[in-house]
Amino acid sequence: MRKIAIYGKGGIGKSTTTQNTVAGLAEMGAKVMVVGCDPKADSTRLLLGGLAQRTVLDTLREEGEDVDLVDVRKTGFGGTLCTESGGPEPGVGCAGRGIITSINLLEQLGAYAESEKLDYVFYDVLGDVVCGGFAMPIREGKAKEIYIVVSGEMMAMYAANNICKGIVKFAEAGGVRLGGLICNSRKVDNEQEMINAFAEKLGTQMIHFVPRDNVVQRAEINRKTVIDYEPEHGQADEYRMLAKKIAENEMRIIPKPLAIEELEKLLIEYGIAA
Amino acid sequence: MLLRHTTKEIMERSALTVNPAKTCQPVGAMYASLGIHGCLPHSHGSQGCYAYHRTALTRHYKEPVIAATSAFTEGASVFGGQANLLQAIDNIFAVYNPDVIAVHTTCLSETIGDDIPQIINKAKADGKIPDGKYVIHANTPSYVGSHITGFSNMTKAMVDYFSSQNGPKQKTINLIPGYVEPSDMSEIKRIAREMGISSLMFPDTSQVLNGPMTGHYQMFPAGGSKIKDLQSTGNSLGTIAMGRMASLAAARALDAKCKVPYEMIDLPIGLQATDIFVDSLRKMAGVNVPESLSIERGQLLDVITDMQQYFFGKRVALVGDPDQVLALTKFLVSIDMYPVYIVTGSAAGKKYQKALEEATKDIPHEVKIKVGGDMLLLHQWIKNLSVDLLIGNTYVKYIAKDEDIPFIRFGFPILDRIGHSYFPTVGYKGGLRLVEKILDAVLDRKDRDSTDINFELVL
Repeated sequence: MRKIAIYGKGGIGKSTTTQNTVAGLAEMGAKVMVVGCDPKADSTRLLLGGLAQRTVLDTLREEGEDVDLVDVRKTGFGGTLCTESGGPEPGVGCAGRGIITSINLLEQLGAYAESEKLDYVFYDVLGDVVCGGFAMPIREGKAKEIYIVVSGEMMAMYAANNICKGIVKFAEAGGVRLGGLICNSRKVDNEQEMINAFAEKLGTQMIHFVPRDNVVQRAEINRKTVIDYEPEHGQADEYRMLAKKIAENEMRIIPKPLAIEELEKLLIEYGIAA
Repeated sequence: MLLRHTTKEIMERSALTVNPAKTCQPVGAMYASLGIHGCLPHSHGSQGCYAYHRTALTRHYKEPVIAATSAFTEGASVFGGQANLLQAIDNIFAVYNPDVIAVHTTCLSETIGDDIPQIINKAKADGKIPDGKYVIHANTPSYVGSHITGFSNMTKAMVDYFSSQNGPKQKTINLIPGYVEPSDMSEIKRIAREMGISSLMFPDTSQVLNGPMTGHYQMFPAGGSKIKDLQSTGNSLGTIAMGRMASLAAARALDAKCKVPYEMIDLPIGLQATDIFVDSLRKMAGVNVPESLSIERGQLLDVITDMQQYFFGKRVALVGDPDQVLALTKFLVSIDMYPVYIVTGSAAGKKYQKALEEATKDIPHEVKIKVGGDMLLLHQWIKNLSVDLLIGNTYVKYIAKDEDIPFIRFGFPILDRIGHSYFPTVGYKGGLRLVEKILDAVLDRKDRDSTDINFELVL
């Protein structure tokens, strides 16, 4: 079983990319579980065809400790298993603690057991790693492999660089490694070259460049992944390609985060060259 | 030799406290809350916090300490404690029916950021707080300050929630006694009464944590500041706040809220500090000092002069809470003792440190002061050059035993002796008691160590 966590700046398209990729893997015949680690609980919407399920924490709150796996896990597109950790409403409580609680509960309930015969577990984690709770998926070897979704925009790269700092911290203790950057294009000038260079400086690879296409939005409105909504579309092939690349990826490194000056230099170099 | 691993060499320490001379905020907040009549302290956090805080107080006062808890579980720490507190308020008024619930927070509720005023407002809006009943709160994260901070915060909450200018000016004087014993609070009130002054004290734990055994358990004992008194503190002539760390915040809040001017003085420990207290009362209320108090003062002065030779030049090490330590240091210096090692558990600021330095500047020895220190450091100083007397809470007895130094229990907590609940150390009477304790300790040691030849019957 490969345990993969997807990080990246808020709004960069982590959930969309994750679900489309998972759809690709499912199509290839893999058995995949997705664990949404975002209080908004929208990490499995496209696989399930809507926000159809109760979150782990809601279930825990309403039913106490007596929770079964079937209460919190639904089956979505291509037999994927979907869970959402959920969390408190904005402004109260502690979402970070919620993720810790939720992942621990999933473990106790045997969601990761051998008998489940999972090929992949994907953790889809919200925005920046804001506190210890959001780092839960990469602690204690829960996820071994990280992909960062990024674009050619300054803030996205800045966040990616920050996430790398977090990975370094946990890599030394827990053995988590960076698998690569996924560029989710924002049609920034020179984007592909810039992210390639950025990846190289971090010591990793840009595993795939996902071009921007409005079919993704149309599919989202219809609560579907592109592979599900328009399987013949070129964009569906892009996600299939990304899924294949991840399936075959063997590169696992401890990243070397950039100093801020270095990051800005990179932006100027590629931004102005355009 | 339980502290035999204490080294003589003193290493610079920045992130390690060994044998702290303080405890955490909710302990002080809970103690202050008990000084409101008919109040149930409520700990907004997990059960372990509340159990510890109750235990800490019970061990010192030898009385049952009542409190309730929000009993946080994993769910509360994720979703916030609102549901727990609302349910608690509902249950508490239904089952125990106190007049006031005084909520203090804990590390966990502070870290997840529970908004207590909003929760209290919701409880009000939902009709969970019966008419004529109150829920007040203080934020008391333990990772800030100490039990003194918690006491100060809860005392200030009494002003924030209750004080008002709800009538004509009264000739009453507000007394904020600071973090002192129930016996001390009685004594401070008695002095005001002796002077013919009507006073309002808050908080007031006398007759709450030192009440009589009657054979009947009373959940809410006779003592404590009454709500109507707390409400009318805004009509008083003025406020006398004792002990800057514990009382200033409340005095200031009352001044800002109800324009009641305040006088900030040291705890009235010893002759001069009591003089200042009595003088402040006299001036504020415009009364004369009665003969009865002058007699008490004269008695204390008499003992100090009679026994001066036994005080003179004795080196003293002293550890405790800032307000107590400052007042006691000044008293010891005034009777010619040499407080040479002074440690406070709580940090108290540069001005405080300066005040201690000023008080001890004429001592013909090297004086070591650490504001925000610990008992390990005090012990190490003693190992380098010993003292004749140790003053501090019960934890100091380990040092006293290992180093064979006469020891007086003073401060919080005292876990292995009684007396502090019933006999004050404030006022002239309290001064007399302190002097008696000092002499007992010093002279017992003199008798013990005397040879047959210089063993005297009359001292």
